[in-house]
Amino acid sequence: MSTETENTGEALDSSQSQLRRLIGADAIKSMPFWLLPAFLVGLFIYGAVLWNFVISLTDLQGFGTPSFSQLDFDMYGRAFSDPQFLFAGQNTIVLLVVFTIVCLVLGLGLAILLDQDIRRRGHLRTIYLLPFSLAFIVTGQVWLWMYNYNYGVVNTFTRALGLGQYQIIGNSQIILGAIITALAWQFVGYTMVVYLAGLRTIPDDQFEAARVAGVKDYRIYWKVIIPQLKASAASAGVILMVFALKTFDFLFAMFGQYRPQKGADILATMMVREAFQKLEWAYGASIAVILFLMALGIISPYIYYQYKVNEI
Amino acid sequence: MSSTSLPSQLSRTVVPNFERWTLRKLLLYTAVYTLAIVFLFPLFVAVITSFKTRAAVTQTLPFIPVFPWQEGFTIAQWAQAFSVLQNGLLNSFLRVIPATTLTAILGSLTAYSLTKIKWRGQVAVLLMMVAATFFPTQAAIVPIARFWSVYVPLDQLLGPVWTLPLLEPYHGDLLALIITDIAYGLPVVTVLFRGYYQTINQELIEAAKIDGANMYSIYRRIILPMSVPMFAVVFIFHFTQVWNSFLFPLIIMSGAGHSAAPATLALGGLGQSLEGTNYGLRMAGALLTALPTVIVFILAGDKFASGIQGGRA
Repeated sequence: MSTETENTGEALDSSQSQLRRLIGADAIKSMPFWLLPAFLVGLFIYGAVLWNFVISLTDLQGFGTPSFSQLDFDMYGRAFSDPQFLFAGQNTIVLLVVFTIVCLVLGLGLAILLDQDIRRRGHLRTIYLLPFSLAFIVTGQVWLWMYNYNYGVVNTFTRALGLGQYQIIGNSQIILGAIITALAWQFVGYTMVVYLAGLRTIPDDQFEAARVAGVKDYRIYWKVIIPQLKASAASAGVILMVFALKTFDFLFAMFGQYRPQKGADILATMMVREAFQKLEWAYGASIAVILFLMALGIISPYIYYQYKVNEI
Repeated sequence: MSSTSLPSQLSRTVVPNFERWTLRKLLLYTAVYTLAIVFLFPLFVAVITSFKTRAAVTQTLPFIPVFPWQEGFTIAQWAQAFSVLQNGLLNSFLRVIPATTLTAILGSLTAYSLTKIKWRGQVAVLLMMVAATFFPTQAAIVPIARFWSVYVPLDQLLGPVWTLPLLEPYHGDLLALIITDIAYGLPVVTVLFRGYYQTINQELIEAAKIDGANMYSIYRRIILPMSVPMFAVVFIFHFTQVWNSFLFPLIIMSGAGHSAAPATLALGGLGQSLEGTNYGLRMAGALLTALPTVIVFILAGDKFASGIQGGRA
């Protein structure tokens, strides 16, 4: 018994020194600073993502426990033959593309306006950014009221203009546009702030030199300033696209339930509904994996590029 | 350089260019203030609706306010919203304050070890943090919900703790939520602090090392005092993020009826239960839930803005 403990003690000692050599003394000494955060992130983010993948290979549903004897990609086959999945996937891509372009273009417009020599710039920036500080669960309620059929603002205006009344929430043709409008209202200010940070890094004398040379302002922006904002546009674009992939709160708030109205379902809402309402854990997990891969497809070129130019 | 900047200075200061004022500036000011109205309009509508009686909501135009001296004005919607949401608001504070504080402290420590200490493997931890800021939450919620409900049910595991005064077993889910919030806040907060620490002069650290300071005393005596402005940014930014978050409470507490449900989750229930008939109450509830973040934003909007920029550089 005693020899055994001695042996394991020795083994522990040598393995410890090996470990020390492997990761270096400084890594051990600096552990108090980073070990707990790395553990939490490793467990709750990376561990969860991996575990989610494993669950997607099982048939887990209801209140049971997963059986790992039979792992397969059945759930993915089910997804790609599920019309609801294909429909939600299509909506996700439309939302992602239109929402991102609208925010990038309008945000640029706002940033250029605020880049001018005007008074109360700070206040205006705060106003434009205010919607971004609100919870989606809050803004979802507000826009539901804006879009109300009988008494909402939008229909009041369309009636006054003689355009008639629209069932915005109930109309599968326009509902996605209505959602994109509301989300853009919330995110344009964010895009603007990212552009403004980019604009601040461009030295003033470029502008002044061009102006002295007699170049018109809009041409200076088009030819000199906007091309230098590519990096800002890329970083804002990545955030906007990933957001579009995962947006759930807003739709839940707007419709007050897991299932959005006809025409508004996206993968993010479908995933939560399959898992947490229908208790189709494995199916929900497989949709989550697909969402994750889509996000990875967006972020990995970006991170690789940032790493290359040493921005990270 | 001076030859190009001189004329422009002249045109700015000596010639106040009235010609431009009339057209260009007029258009500019019209544009920015029209846009300001557009951005505030939905919130303005929500505010005035929240002060209308149910009858007034249907009988007046949605963007025409009803004033206190007019018929149709009421604060009953706010009173009811408060009575429905007060427990949720308390839970939100119980959630946000520890989550934000601990995330900020841990994030600062991690960022310090990633910038001012050299050790093997730090690039891996760095990439782990940076990449995680982009992950869609959906990819992890099934395991997180199962982790807290099946494998680590804190309300049962910490049984004796809940017998302490002021604590109830349902606080177990609140604790689970806080731990999850910390894990999901750490990547972005670490990246924020890291960006800031990179600007701190390395010579300062080297000088302290020569004076015999170790990595702990360097953090305590040099880095921490210099971090105060960044702590403010992180606090404001992350407070808003956690307060507003909805998906984690939904999957951990599984419904608005939960006693530990934060305000956002309770608000989701408010909309559900009333089937959309009482918009005044809905708006009052939504605005009440948003109020803490709006106050923080109005008081420190610049810090919020720099949080957005720094975190996603």
